[in-house]
Amino acid sequence: MSETETSGTAISARGLVKSFGDVRALDGVDFEARRGTVLGVLGPNGAGKTTAVRVLTTLLKADSGEASVAGLDVVEDAPELRSQIGLAGQYAAVDENLTGIENLVMVGRLYGMRRSDARGRADELLERFGLSDAGERIVKTYSGGMRRRLDLAAALVAKPPVVFLDEPTTGLDPRSRLDLWETIESLVADGTTVLLTTQYLDEADRLADRIVVIDLGRVIAEGTSEELKERVGGIRVEVHLTDESSAPAAADALAPMSTEEPAVDGDRVSVRVESETGRIMEAARRLDGAGVDADDVAIRRPTLDDVFLTLTGRELSAEESGGEADREEVPA
Amino acid sequence: MSRFFHDTVVLAERNLVRLPRMPDLLIGFTIQPVMFVLLFAFVFGGAISTPGFDYVDFLIPGIIVQNTAFGGFVTALGLADDLTKGLIDRFRSLPTSRASVLAGRTAADIVTNTLSIAILVITGLIIGFSFGTGALDIIAGFALMILFGYAFSWIFALIGMSVSSPEAANGIGFTLIFPITFISSAFVPVDSMPAGLQWFAEINPITIVVDAMRALWLGVPAGNNVWGAVVWCLVLIAIFAPLAVHRYRRIAGG
Ligand SMILES: Nc1ncnc2c1ncn2[C@@H]1O[C@H](COP(=O)(O)OP(=O)(O)OP(=O)(O)O)[C@@H](O)[C@H]1O
Ligand SMILES: [Mg+2]
Repeated sequence: MSETETSGTAISARGLVKSFGDVRALDGVDFEARRGTVLGVLGPNGAGKTTAVRVLTTLLKADSGEASVAGLDVVEDAPELRSQIGLAGQYAAVDENLTGIENLVMVGRLYGMRRSDARGRADELLERFGLSDAGERIVKTYSGGMRRRLDLAAALVAKPPVVFLDEPTTGLDPRSRLDLWETIESLVADGTTVLLTTQYLDEADRLADRIVVIDLGRVIAEGTSEELKERVGGIRVEVHLTDESSAPAAADALAPMSTEEPAVDGDRVSVRVESETGRIMEAARRLDGAGVDADDVAIRRPTLDDVFLTLTGRELSAEESGGEADREEVPA
Repeated sequence: MSRFFHDTVVLAERNLVRLPRMPDLLIGFTIQPVMFVLLFAFVFGGAISTPGFDYVDFLIPGIIVQNTAFGGFVTALGLADDLTKGLIDRFRSLPTSRASVLAGRTAADIVTNTLSIAILVITGLIIGFSFGTGALDIIAGFALMILFGYAFSWIFALIGMSVSSPEAANGIGFTLIFPITFISSAFVPVDSMPAGLQWFAEINPITIVVDAMRALWLGVPAGNNVWGAVVWCLVLIAIFAPLAVHRYRRIAGG
């Protein structure tokens, strides 16, 4: 690897393996994040997301493999590495018996900041996370979402160059979620590298420059959101027919638009296209020419749900509701 | 090293700031010891014969030793709580000195133990306890109790890092401390016990510490008890502090 490539990489994991008894939480995981980008780690419950984050933040030693953050090895250079990272774990880790301000000042001082600096930074972050009014209150009186935001603020106290956020928007209301997305975007604009795990597809879609999809401790796909969507069948033109019986005629009419056969599903007919431009018009024209009436003609872009289904044969959303990770339920 | 002290102070401060906000815990150091003193002095006081002493004089050094042995209990509770709430992970992800999380905990116990000891002595003085020695010995007695409490804080630190919940820490703490403090010279003269218990009470290091306190505060001939007690505390620290720190380092299973 050349010097420039090395210095452009903020997070790197190579061949990470970690077992807990019989469970292989990480089974040879590789990924990289370039400096100043967001890496989205997407996966269902029990995929190994948190385990990967814990290895990268020095909380857990991998059984084998290597990892570095900000050019520092997670094992050899752990003490130095810790001054370069901020972590908001999956569950808010704040002291319930301190106030919001006291929590942030404590964390700042543990990063080595002077008390007055830490105090200034705490006020700034409370403001940014909409907690200014609650800053003097004991955290015990906070709602779940407020604790979560305080925890995220704690991860940013020292303005670390690399930030790890493990499911940061779980438990936030839609408004706070949007605010956090904006905060993450502004962090990245300032050059911070962010690794973000999530089960929310729209979140990875919106924030992540690159996405790794992990399942059962392995990376099963990697790329930009666009690349991943491309892999599962790309863009389709979908037609909603007025009359289901005209489906065969519609399929015949649309067939020349693609090298692939149109797909028919009841009163819906869809066909894969290479690019979006002009396709809706073309489909409408062809249907018109064949005398087929349609209620709606639209471009359908695949979601990451589709990505997951295609890659694993399982619905992502079905597992989201599962709560505790439970591998027994997962068909091999 | 300066980093270690800095972080220890920050964390000790955290532990002390939160204390008044946990009233149930605060009762443990303040009202509960007072209640014990009053119960022992007035319920058992008439029945237990302590030749050569008023029972209150005999009782106060003993009950302070027992209470101080329990003092580090906040450390076990606090650490177990921090573990379950994920705060230990937060601290471990920060560039803090590793030993400072435990050192900050046990250092905070020094403050709470001092408070507790002061409350007990004042309660004792009100119900008739009187020192039988000079200022230097009295101060040495306080110092011994602080050291003794600090040693037990490290035992509790190990317990706190080894159990799955604050409730478990509670259970183990009580099961451990009650017998070793009761089967000692703390509350009754050892020669009043049945033979088997007497044997245990005589070799029980708590007896050495209680006897050292009676030497320092009542003027009972000391023998080797004072030095024995100091050495015993130092040995406890030398054993349990490294064990607790080791446990802390390993706790994440890594
Ligand atoms: N400390 C542990 N002891 C035993 N098993 C563990 C431990 N931590 C994780 N595991 C197991 O390792 C696997 C991966 O867990 P991990 O927490 O990394 O998943 P995750 O992708 O973060 O899931 P979730 O979306 O539910 O947070 C799971 O099967 C889990 O049960
Ligand atoms: Mg997780």
